[in-house]
Amino acid sequence: MNPVLRTFADGAVVAKRNLIKIKRVPDILVWTLMSPIMFVLLFAYVFGSSIDVPGGNYREFLIAGIFAQTVIFGATFTGAGLAEDMQKGVIDRFRSLPMSRSAVLFGRTASDIVTNLLSIGVMAATGLLVGWRVRTSPWEALGGLLLLLVFAYAFSWVMAYVGLLVRSPEVVNNASFMVIFPFTFIANTFVPSENLPSVLRAIAQWNPVSSVVQACRELFGNINPMAAATPDVWSLQHPVLYTLIWSGVIVAVFVPLAVRQYKRSTSH
Amino acid sequence: MIRARGLVKRYGSVTALDGLDLRVPEGRVLGLLGPNGAGKTTAVRIFTTLLVPDAGSAEVAGLDVRTDPQVVRTRIGLSGQYAAVDEHLTGFENLDMVARLYGLGRRRSKARSRELLELFDLADAGHRPVKTYSGGMRRRLDLAAALVAEPSVLFLDEPTTGLDPRSRIDLWGVIRDLVAGGTTLLLTTQYLEEADRLADTIVVIDHGRIIAEGAADELKAQVGGERVELVVGSGSDLAVARTALAELASGDVQVDEHARRLTAPVHGGAGVLMGVLRLLDTAGVVVLDVGLRRPTLDDVFLQLTGHAAEGQADEGQVDEGQAGGPGAGIPTAPHLDGDAPTIRDEEKEAVR
Repeated sequence: MNPVLRTFADGAVVAKRNLIKIKRVPDILVWTLMSPIMFVLLFAYVFGSSIDVPGGNYREFLIAGIFAQTVIFGATFTGAGLAEDMQKGVIDRFRSLPMSRSAVLFGRTASDIVTNLLSIGVMAATGLLVGWRVRTSPWEALGGLLLLLVFAYAFSWVMAYVGLLVRSPEVVNNASFMVIFPFTFIANTFVPSENLPSVLRAIAQWNPVSSVVQACRELFGNINPMAAATPDVWSLQHPVLYTLIWSGVIVAVFVPLAVRQYKRSTSH
Repeated sequence: MIRARGLVKRYGSVTALDGLDLRVPEGRVLGLLGPNGAGKTTAVRIFTTLLVPDAGSAEVAGLDVRTDPQVVRTRIGLSGQYAAVDEHLTGFENLDMVARLYGLGRRRSKARSRELLELFDLADAGHRPVKTYSGGMRRRLDLAAALVAEPSVLFLDEPTTGLDPRSRIDLWGVIRDLVAGGTTLLLTTQYLEEADRLADTIVVIDHGRIIAEGAADELKAQVGGERVELVVGSGSDLAVARTALAELASGDVQVDEHARRLTAPVHGGAGVLMGVLRLLDTAGVVVLDVGLRRPTLDDVFLQLTGHAAEGQADEGQVDEGQAGGPGAGIPTAPHLDGDAPTIRDEEKEAVR
């Protein structure tokens, strides 16, 4: 069989296996469906109610940030799932089979797109309930969601590499918390980046998380026309393009790294 | 069918394999026997393309595992030390997944999975998630997964470690049937009895090197003669009994103080046994149990390495509920009902 087709077919088999697990492991389902609801409600009512943006709607401002943070955290699944398979010897079985050498990773990252789709669906529904509105066309809004998925997909390859490297789901979870929290907070996710002190502001403005969030806000029409103009930084002036460039670079670097790590990894 | 020449594998300063040579002809069973850390699993990992050796060559089915790994993978089946089946999938889903990844089409894959479930007595459990399976059932499923593509060469890495005695004996039956069908098998084990029962040839390794090789009978002959084994009534009798036994023994007397058991090689069979008893009677030693037996692989191991196979109690007591010795590394399965969880489950529980 053609190697590309083979990778695709094997990847589909692996992805199907991962999806069956979502259905059977309550932990995964709860994390996928409940935590996004919790985040939306928490941020909307705790921050959204206490912080007043003159002429603006802080709750709407927050939604894109919550979406982005949640799907980026979703990449933790990719890493933890692979680490668990490694620990349990499942990867050994895969590696002893005449299957495509990259299918386990493509299958894993593909099934995590589904997880993220579920999360986004739940968050969007919860968001609409608490007053979030799309003020552009449905197509633009869909474009925003798609961009979120693309960036989350790219980032899941980073965590795939980390998962294969550390081989322990617990370590992946802790490590990702240490990395993803600052990564998603030093950005315009929950506060306008202009308000940050200078070094942090620079980091925040060039952080791809900021561009994802900025792009979503624009595509959802959640930018308040009364508020200050978008910072005059290329990354935030062209948020969609900047996000796509980052996604491409991450994939170009981490797919080969993760595949190489997979080929040489054994569980014990 | 399987051949290794001068395999070397090091992990940092630890040498796992130190110039291993192996040969398994087609349709034969080689038992690779050794304690934990002897290098058994490392050897299997090299043959199954999971690990690249630092030196030496390995061939499976006439193919070099380093230059042709992907073709080698189509010819082999591997069943690991820990049952590498997905506990959230059903038995059927596990087999179907593996079959698809071997390249079987959708229909053939389903048919083969059903056939294997039937063959391994898992048909009724086939639609339950594996996490509801007993340790023995998981091992059978893992073995079934290794056989999906009807491989000509099979590698079983400690297939019964952690199983309770009854499940172990069941699995031995399954493996014997397979081998009767002409599959070439390399089996690693730290159970001496297992190698004795299943393998045509036994290779004993320790610290990555071969220390003995031959058929079970040849290895036993190497140790020579029969063994007198006796158990005395009190610990204080051990020294006296030892002296008495040494007079008639053809080699060193082994003393297990905890079990108050003495063992010694003898020449001359029943006559010697009588002589031993007479001596002990004169010395006033109370003998609880006495017998003459052929040497076991334990004796072979002791003789060759100067130490017992780690964690291994005496052979031949499987039926009495002894799944593994009290020593390091080997899980003791206290259950006899065939539903004992594997050690792995217990570890997982602890992690949670």
